[in-house]
Amino acid sequence: MEQDIQTWVKLAAYAGGGLSIGFGAIGAAIGEGYTAAQANAAVSRNPGLAGEVFKSMLVGQAIAESASIFALVVAMILLFSNIAATSYITVAAVFAAGLAMGFGAIGSGVGAGFPAGAACIGLVRQTAMSGKLTTNMLIGSAVCQTPSIFALVIAFILIFTDFSTHPFWPTWGAVLGAGLAAGLSAIGSGIGGGVVAGASSEGIARQPSSVSSVTNIMLLGQAIAQTPAILGLLVAFILIFKEFGATETIAPAMALLGSGVCMGLGGIGPGIGEGIASSGGVKWIARNEKEIGTLTRTMLVGMAVAESTAIYAMVISLVLIFVV
Amino acid sequence: MAIEGADLIKAAAFLGAGISMGLGAIGPGVGEGMAAAKACEAIGRNPKEAGLLTRTMLVGQAVSESTGIYSLVVSLLLLFVV
Repeated sequence: MEQDIQTWVKLAAYAGGGLSIGFGAIGAAIGEGYTAAQANAAVSRNPGLAGEVFKSMLVGQAIAESASIFALVVAMILLFSNIAATSYITVAAVFAAGLAMGFGAIGSGVGAGFPAGAACIGLVRQTAMSGKLTTNMLIGSAVCQTPSIFALVIAFILIFTDFSTHPFWPTWGAVLGAGLAAGLSAIGSGIGGGVVAGASSEGIARQPSSVSSVTNIMLLGQAIAQTPAILGLLVAFILIFKEFGATETIAPAMALLGSGVCMGLGGIGPGIGEGIASSGGVKWIARNEKEIGTLTRTMLVGMAVAESTAIYAMVISLVLIFVV
Repeated sequence: MAIEGADLIKAAAFLGAGISMGLGAIGPGVGEGMAAAKACEAIGRNPKEAGLLTRTMLVGQAVSESTGIYSLVVSLLLLFVV
């Protein structure tokens, strides 16, 4: 049974496209469902504001949808574009592109639901702040999308890079690892960034005078919560663009695949944890603005400790790429 | 290409090292985040005890970190010793 490269690439592209939109649909649906649930709770509290809440819910859901639209775009490209197949590495690359975008869309979709839901509830609690709340929600959920954009970038690079000059062993492990590193690590940062933004929208509704400090600390917290996704992106870039010498053994390919899995999975926990830590800080800065210095310091120390396991994962990844 | 036993074992050790550190990093990350969030809450309620609360948070996080360090040790053993 002799198949040519083109057949295998088509097979991998169809499987990757299915996984891309299959996984990619999970996050956005959960995030939007959460937003709708909060909107219902808000309307039952004050039915007179139903129109406002409805508008805010739709805007928030539209942003949460964007990650799954990225996944849909990648799936369409994988299904319908004629990918030039020059080597068997392309088979692994297009499959990895689907995995990267599928996993990468989960976190951003779930995350964007938190600020949208909190904004809906906040709207009925503090109607005068609706403008500020909408702005905060938009900034917060836009930042949540960055991990899925990283995954999109990696997916495009994997689809359109020509790997024909690279040796099949061990490059196939590197490209599959790159997809997993960028995709899985985006889950944590997306959810984490969303938890922070949700706490910030809630805090502004509770204490409107704290809006500027809450927004600042939210952005700080979100930026730090993005670091695991950035480490994942970094490892993915190294895996894609480093030239690996041809090998006669299996071990180097498995080391490169393991490196991607390590950074990908290792980024999930710290991303979520930093988001939770920062949401505690933001929530209480809104309630007790006088103590902003102490709270920010404790929040940053807590986030730094939560980051440590992501750094261990990166160290092991880099050892797997460069040392063994 | 011919597959040899020693090569196969090395391949499994490398993949296992990655999976060990990757999965092992999830729990401590989330747990330490929860500890930090509660510390912020407690400081917000009672700012006078900020020093004591930060110390307690750090001790709790250090304990929660231990499983992450176990994963790191197992990964390094798989990479360099086994």
